[in-house]
Amino acid sequence: MLHSSIDRVAHATPPAVAQRIRGLSDRAIAWIFVAPSIVLLLAINIFPLIWTIRLSFTNFRVNRPNEPVQFVGLRNYLNILTDEDIWLTMQATAHFLIWTIVLQVLIGFSLAYLINKKFRGNDLWTTLIVLPMMLSPAVVGNFWTFLYQPQIGLFNYAVGFLTGADPSSFSMIGDTSLAPWAIIIVDTWMWTPFVMLICLAGLRSIPNSIYEAAECDRASNWRQFWTITIPMVLPFLMLAILFRGIENFKMFDLVVQLTGGGPGSITELTSINLKREAFEKWRTGYASAYAVILFVTVFGLASIYVKALNKVKQR
Amino acid sequence: MKQMLLSSTVVIGAYFAISGAAGTHAEAAELTLCWAAWDPANALVELSKDFETKSGNTMKFEFVPWPNFADRMLNELNSGGKLCDLMIGDSQWIGGAAENGQYIKLNDFFDKEGIKMSDFIPATVVGYAEWPKNTPNYWALPAFGDVVGWTYRKDWFSRPELQAEFKQKYGRDLAVPKTFAELKDIAEFFQKRQIDGKTVYGAAIYTERGSEGITMGAMDVLYSFGFEYGNPKKAYELDGFVNSADAVKGLEFYKALYDCCTPPGHSDAYMSEDIDAYKSGQVALQMNFAFTWPGIHVDANVGGDKSGYFPNPAGPTGIQFAQLGGQGISVVAASDKQKEALDYIKWFAQPEIQKKWWSLGGYSALRSVVEDPGFATSQPYAQTFLDSMAIVKDFWAEPSYASLLQASQKRFHDYVVAKQGTAQDALDGLAEDWKDIFEDEGKY
Repeated sequence: MLHSSIDRVAHATPPAVAQRIRGLSDRAIAWIFVAPSIVLLLAINIFPLIWTIRLSFTNFRVNRPNEPVQFVGLRNYLNILTDEDIWLTMQATAHFLIWTIVLQVLIGFSLAYLINKKFRGNDLWTTLIVLPMMLSPAVVGNFWTFLYQPQIGLFNYAVGFLTGADPSSFSMIGDTSLAPWAIIIVDTWMWTPFVMLICLAGLRSIPNSIYEAAECDRASNWRQFWTITIPMVLPFLMLAILFRGIENFKMFDLVVQLTGGGPGSITELTSINLKREAFEKWRTGYASAYAVILFVTVFGLASIYVKALNKVKQR
Repeated sequence: MKQMLLSSTVVIGAYFAISGAAGTHAEAAELTLCWAAWDPANALVELSKDFETKSGNTMKFEFVPWPNFADRMLNELNSGGKLCDLMIGDSQWIGGAAENGQYIKLNDFFDKEGIKMSDFIPATVVGYAEWPKNTPNYWALPAFGDVVGWTYRKDWFSRPELQAEFKQKYGRDLAVPKTFAELKDIAEFFQKRQIDGKTVYGAAIYTERGSEGITMGAMDVLYSFGFEYGNPKKAYELDGFVNSADAVKGLEFYKALYDCCTPPGHSDAYMSEDIDAYKSGQVALQMNFAFTWPGIHVDANVGGDKSGYFPNPAGPTGIQFAQLGGQGISVVAASDKQKEALDYIKWFAQPEIQKKWWSLGGYSALRSVVEDPGFATSQPYAQTFLDSMAIVKDFWAEPSYASLLQASQKRFHDYVVAKQGTAQDALDGLAEDWKDIFEDEGKY
């Protein structure tokens, strides 16, 4: 049936067209197939990137179409790199990034290790654990603001219940010392399942025969964990860290919903700060330079990390 | 054959009739009006039905919640988008929209249609329509008068046991405060008090960080303490005015009010959070724009006689100001339907439509409406609205207003909520930020 359909199409193709197609090289046909993707990539990725780099050397403001655009050289870059406030947002981002990754890796790996053991209700628990990552970050941000509400919030109530403190005596998102931890807790709650799933894939890829051989050699569970499990899961774990690192470097929606960057500017991550420069102050040239700096930072760090990841894989 | 001819004639006739009707419809335009998503917008939808009936045009509405309103709509204006034919934009946008050609100038249209700006409340004309300020260059028609004022729990204030306790403690009656110091006393008096078995708090004030909340709130106090945007005799001279000793005292007062008397977790609150705190019976006092008052008046929990309204009290030297809110309605320069949009403004400016606007819950800025002898008593909050509109001041409306606003948001929130530095540091920093922005603008 399939053959007859193909035959019908082949017969229906005018000989001149067929001749032309037959005349194309494999390379040309390959180009025809990938051309739409390349055009799309150039249009929506490469061109905006080049345009952003160009704008970053100007004083262009999108809300001032009547003003002449002037070339300002490296002024935008120098202003950004010498701005104390921007370094504070970098610090806030680094704090958020490091702690979320540490917690998500520890908890995610532990959960994966537990889920990997066969027990009753294993599938149900897996489903329940991965639910948070299926929600929209905006929704998660919104409902955690309720959980953190000092008077009615479940989080404050739970802390009060466990510690005996008055639930309304502290505000997770209104206190400068607690707010950075408030966003870390929510991100960890939401994205630990993602790390868990990747670790679980890693754990399940380890052949049982390796553990059986280790047992024959009378290796203890602890020894098996450190010499078999960890090294074999490490590439997966590093991949999870890469994904979460890139994602959290550009974290925006969740934190905006939770704290709006406050109190003060204590949770103002670079992406929030960048958005304010670009779409609230409308300093387009300056914001472009800011975006280029962030892009180079992420790209540079990610490249170094990927090289390390490849080395680990080769071992 | 005869029957066939007849049928053909009927079909052809019907075709032309339909074509004709379609032609008539093609002339009617669909106008899109952009505004914030809030109660007055619903009233405007209702009001606009009259325009649809009379003009044959249809109205479409694009309403965006307040926290995203500026982002969304300024993006639209800056990109030259054609989504909005009519824009009820914030008063502070007027400078940028005028200088960047985003709104069309309305002077000729007003002259042609006999619309006089002297017929509107003067503060709304300056605040919503003029650019440059205090010059007869009009870019909008005052559409919705609004101002920050206060709501209080009249029923709690009238309780004999609370009155007695308050009098014993402060030596005066528990009544509407005349000064900010009195307001703070009242807020402290109610803070963490048990009323009807519930813990209540003093005051819900603006503390929001993301858009404009804390600036709109703090400025209310700062104005009445003596803050000035600059030297009245020399434009853009800020030192000694923005960071004057009086302004510092005002900001310290706002922080003290936040520290002593707000509900727990009130660190990122703007209009809707304040409404929620008040309507749920958590607070005795609420700072909010006047647009919230009709909703409070009809609320099942706190409406009717349970609530009263008063304008911003005076500062320590007796001066009294209130932060202007509200918007004007403008025609978007990128619109292809400017004629129809102007028709809408012409219709909206009519006294009978403005009267209906007020009756539906929209704060008309037309003097014939607000100066009507029956206006002040038409609603329990009407007199407070008039009193408040008489003492308004507005934030910068410069083209760089967004940067100016972001600077004040950061400086105020850092000091008031995040407890960083002193009020003097905050206002010195703000003066520096604003000077940098104006320097960038070539004002020096």
